[in-house]
Amino acid sequence: MQANSKASLWFLTLILILLTLGCQRSRAGMTVAGSTSVEPFAELLAEEYISHHPGSHIYVQGGGSTAGIEAVMSRTANIGMCSRPLMGKEKNLYAVTIAKDAIAIILHPQNPIQDLSLDQIREVFSGKIRNWKELGRPHHPIVLVTREEGSGTREAFQKFVMGKEDISLEALVQDSNGAVRQVVASNRNTIGYISLGLVNDQVKALKISGVEPNMTNIDNGRYTLVRPFLFVFNEEPVGEEKSFLEFFLSPLAQKLLLKEGLVSVLPKLVQK
Amino acid sequence: MNFKEKIIEKIFLLIALSSITILALITFFIFEEGIPLILKIGPKAFLLGEKWIPSKGLFGIFPMIVSSFWVTFGALLLGIPLGLACTIFLSELIPPSIGILLRPAIQLLAAIPSVIYGFWGLIVLVPLIQNYLGGPGLSVLAGSLVLSFMILPTIITISEDSLKALPPSYKAGALALGATHWQAIWRVLIPAAKSGIVASIILGMGRAIGETMAMIMILGNAVKMPNSFLHSARTLTTNIGIEMGYASGDHRQALFATGIVLFFIIMALNTLAIFLSRRRIH
Repeated sequence: MQANSKASLWFLTLILILLTLGCQRSRAGMTVAGSTSVEPFAELLAEEYISHHPGSHIYVQGGGSTAGIEAVMSRTANIGMCSRPLMGKEKNLYAVTIAKDAIAIILHPQNPIQDLSLDQIREVFSGKIRNWKELGRPHHPIVLVTREEGSGTREAFQKFVMGKEDISLEALVQDSNGAVRQVVASNRNTIGYISLGLVNDQVKALKISGVEPNMTNIDNGRYTLVRPFLFVFNEEPVGEEKSFLEFFLSPLAQKLLLKEGLVSVLPKLVQK
Repeated sequence: MNFKEKIIEKIFLLIALSSITILALITFFIFEEGIPLILKIGPKAFLLGEKWIPSKGLFGIFPMIVSSFWVTFGALLLGIPLGLACTIFLSELIPPSIGILLRPAIQLLAAIPSVIYGFWGLIVLVPLIQNYLGGPGLSVLAGSLVLSFMILPTIITISEDSLKALPPSYKAGALALGATHWQAIWRVLIPAAKSGIVASIILGMGRAIGETMAMIMILGNAVKMPNSFLHSARTLTTNIGIEMGYASGDHRQALFATGIVLFFIIMALNTLAIFLSRRRIH
């Protein structure tokens, strides 16, 4: 009996020690959280940053623009990634545009359609055009794929393409660019929209009224589905946060982003 | 010595209480966040509204309530016969050598993370449905199929326990009266264990209604009332899961309010299951 209770006392002490240890060892490093559209680029550049600044730790997390901003406000993250304009009291935060992103309308690669006008895309997504036949393709119902309410990509699509029209409630809803791409890649009758930077050979990016979504057309303003990517801070960044932001805006990093399909915010690079 | 033991006792009591406190806090928080929105737009508009367009302030979750039950009903339609057959085989007909293998295998079914089920459904079932039955593939049917596998362990383990808990005299008596083995199972054992089996089905139903990850991956999540098993649907859980990342303000509260509805459904199901399995003892 005595040995038993002694053992359990030791056990409890051990648990308490472990608990307090857990509290004291705060992670040295910086957390960047937010939009799943910005996440892959932030991860890429964080690796690059760490290779230039050995000893720093940067943790990149997804969760969505709003979650990222809330994490910054509650100080659980140092930097918030946001892929939509700030709203309401979010505007009090310190925000820097780190790049711009184009939105591509995507189809299955075997879909023969190459080009649609903005009006046609709007009619497709609002459910007025429901069959590919109406767009000159064999008789198949159109399967719409959209992002969930609140997504920055969806908001941008709504603003650029839909205007006042609603996206059809029959549309399939996926919660990331990757999931939309996956669904479109696996079904010939689908149409969806994702960040241009994430278009790969599984899907085909549509021309809009003859304008191909590429760097040249984005720079000269002919391709208009372009939105800002923001880094959000509680106040003007200092220390590690500042140096990470400066790294992001450096020509080296911006060139990398350009290679990944984003639009740079540096005028010099844009002109090239 | 006695004093020491008292202290340890108290510490363990404290730890046990803390887990209940956390549960109470979670409940409180869900209600505190969700109730204001339900009151703001009115319980009727919330529960029976057919349109969910948060950006326009429309928060009707009726299609999701219907979808939740539809997907669950489909899962039960497939899962109950399969689960019962499995239970009877496991508890009455199985050679012991196979039982050693089969029982852990079924328990393993419960341990597989739901994202794996979802992934399997997305890669295997969805293209099959899309190619052979039409529609987008991401559908109520795909969801029900995957869920029916996911609720099997719940149905099988609990109904097998209730069969095992029967006094051996039931089976012996039936056999002594000249019943065949199958007659004893079907006419005596199953009816005697009925309440336990029903409880297992209700718990399976709770599991199905609560499943989120796999459903996000294979239901397609369209916010429309499904009118065919081949259409896409959105359940209460997936509504929360898919939209929480970007939700703020009223939209966020509406997701908590969705959680309240889910909370009541699960509570009702679990209470029913507890009530049914208690009745067996009397």
